[in-house]
Amino acid sequence: MLLPLFQALEASAIGEAIRNSYWLFPAVEACHLVGLAVIGGAILVVDLRLLGLGLRGHPVSRLARDVQPWVIGSLILMVLSGVPLFLSEAIKCYYSFAFWTKMTALLLAVVFTFTVRRVVALAPEGRFPSAWNRTVAVTSLALWSTVGWGGRWIGFSG
Amino acid sequence: MSVRAAMQWLANTEWSVALHESQYAYSIVESIHVWTLCLFVGFAVLLDLRLVGAIFRGVPVSHMARHLLPWTKVGFAVMALSGILLFYAIPLRTYHNAFFRLKAVLLVLAGLNAFVFHRGIYRSVPAWDIGVPAPRPARRAAMFSLMLWAAIVFSGRMIAYNWFDCGKPQAAVINAIAGCSPEDIDPYR
Repeated sequence: MLLPLFQALEASAIGEAIRNSYWLFPAVEACHLVGLAVIGGAILVVDLRLLGLGLRGHPVSRLARDVQPWVIGSLILMVLSGVPLFLSEAIKCYYSFAFWTKMTALLLAVVFTFTVRRVVALAPEGRFPSAWNRTVAVTSLALWSTVGWGGRWIGFSG
Repeated sequence: MSVRAAMQWLANTEWSVALHESQYAYSIVESIHVWTLCLFVGFAVLLDLRLVGAIFRGVPVSHMARHLLPWTKVGFAVMALSGILLFYAIPLRTYHNAFFRLKAVLLVLAGLNAFVFHRGIYRSVPAWDIGVPAPRPARRAAMFSLMLWAAIVFSGRMIAYNWFDCGKPQAAVINAIAGCSPEDIDPYR
């Protein structure tokens, strides 16, 4: 059912342009990686803090509020660079287990980050038991790591 | 024995061939390299952003260094180890890869930049730890660091491509950068 859509996306002008270029795919991919470093650092620093590690002595809510624009900004960069990469090989992605794993994890990670994790991270110190904080951090790390690994393995598949 | 001969020898060792030809091991090592990018470069970026005053203004710079640098060091160790394994899997071609050489130079520059920062302006950190903008040398070091790490990620990603491999019809200057000898032929063509 989705296959005709993916075929049309692969035939799109952007997909075509990237496929016909020597350096466009690597260049966009490298931007995607730079974005990964930024979003990774911004997510990790709050998750580690929720686990009681890293920047101890500073309230999670402060740190979470500070990194928020960087999470959103790098997420936008990731989508803006990721969509063209996808368009250049949409049909391959359609048949790629790694791609669907990544997209499922991405959806869950984004929803989780902007709902449960947001509420817990922005709550005043002591509102939630530390076991909650740790569970949220581990869930966030697992979801975002699956997004990253899934993304890397799209390249290894096919 | 020349470096090139050493790389040739390394490429023929049993473990190098095994890693190169493995179905999963190489991909797993590379995934670890990419995942750790978040920890290592991600935290370096946070520290740099703090120095330029873009983030965590309420956190003293010395706290950032004390609490994040241990994680950055672990990240660096994993990056270095996985990176060495990636090199070990394809030693000869990587040794002659122009982007690998560029990345090596940029890594040295990033190391020097960090060394100069810690030995220099960072010694007076109590004077500008919080509440004031970091002094110009600290902000400059942070900007250098941000640019260098972005360039290192870029050149690292490009190592995967064989655009400038020895044996391609290309300018003499590129052959010089890649360390190719005139009689080289591209072993992967």
